[in-house]
Amino acid sequence: MTCDEVAAKLELYADSELAAPELAAAESHLRSCASCAARALALMQTKRAIRVAASARFTPSPEFRRCMEQNIASAAASQHLAPSPSSPAFPSRAWFSFSLPRLAVAAVAVVLLVAAALWVNHSARENQLTEIADLHVAALASANPVDVVSTDKHTVKPWFAGKLPFSFNLPEMQNSPFVLVGGRVAYFQHSSGAQLLFNLRKHQLSVFIFKEEGLPFSVGTFAATRLSMHTESWSQGGLRYFIVSDAPAADVHALGELMRQAARS
Amino acid sequence: MAETQSDSGSFEELALPLFDRLYSFARWLTQDRSEAEDLVQEACMKALKGFDSYRQGTNFRAWIFRILRNTFLTSRSGLHAAALSLDSDESAPVEPLAHGTPESILISSLERQAIQTALGELPVQYREVILLCDVEEMSYQEIAETLAMPIGTVMSRLSRGRKAMRKLLTESNIRSSA
Repeated sequence: MTCDEVAAKLELYADSELAAPELAAAESHLRSCASCAARALALMQTKRAIRVAASARFTPSPEFRRCMEQNIASAAASQHLAPSPSSPAFPSRAWFSFSLPRLAVAAVAVVLLVAAALWVNHSARENQLTEIADLHVAALASANPVDVVSTDKHTVKPWFAGKLPFSFNLPEMQNSPFVLVGGRVAYFQHSSGAQLLFNLRKHQLSVFIFKEEGLPFSVGTFAATRLSMHTESWSQGGLRYFIVSDAPAADVHALGELMRQAARS
Repeated sequence: MAETQSDSGSFEELALPLFDRLYSFARWLTQDRSEAEDLVQEACMKALKGFDSYRQGTNFRAWIFRILRNTFLTSRSGLHAAALSLDSDESAPVEPLAHGTPESILISSLERQAIQTALGELPVQYREVILLCDVEEMSYQEIAETLAMPIGTVMSRLSRGRKAMRKLLTESNIRSSA
């Protein structure tokens, strides 16, 4: 594909709408053409920025949500229990009568609420993972991936002092296969945190550390793989850690162990 | 790539997890809280009443978003929005992204508020496709189903909408740096 051919397909590419043969051709062009790759990256960043800005903007008020959940449950129950097409959509009746079907409906509503909460948490986690992976990729694509360049933790750690609202510990790396490259201040969900870059053979790994209370969701401890990026995240001492890399999951986990040990010491 | 959606379950099982997304979409369409609440309420009740006509196993999200959007089109602000025609000719071919397009300016000004303002200022016909594609992450096929329009129209509206969005953001960037 030429630059012009790719330009015509770039939106389809960013929207994941290219069919396999075209996708392969576009990707092979993007690997060799920095200006098209930059435009594709910009398009994807714009998409993500729109998603973040627009999906966080409006949420239903708790009263409205409760009211709608009750309306849907009771309207659905009235359809199930007494199917009459002319029945009003909003039967205004006491919600607390203890008939068996009503209790069953209430139980279902509770289960659904829990499921909805889990689902919201899951999609929040997905968004966070995407954002963290983007931070990692954007740093690697930058001419200066790190602002403090040093393999010495005693240089890197003090560099963050005064730049972050917290401090953290770094492990001794001498006896490990990981090489500290340096660090930079990263921004995630409106909070500043540390991004530490490590090398392992041909792979780069980013460790992100943010203050837990600044993040909108608690996502728990997890390891995930998306688009061949391995991610691990955990919470320790009031801080939220993320590791993201294209290195094998076992290596990501090994670095996680080193970080966890250092944080305990 | 477009995922094949196939959803089965009771109305509550399918609708409640989408509640926040429906509300957000309604709010972006109407730009008004109480109108959005009315819209979601009316759409949910219509969907519940018509749930028998929903074919189990097909794409529930596209189905309920379509009901919400059709309800919006017949509302006061929906009729008003539809009356405002798009200035560019819908049938004209869409130019591919020009070289040297000011994406870089755009990225530097991609602050939440600038995007929110620009999105609110977009004609609703562009706003809805961008929301469905970038925020709801629907495939072109799902968007076409939701908006009951051919995929070609979805693609050209997306492209024009993004161009209009870039223009608004570039202008706001110039304004804020002036």
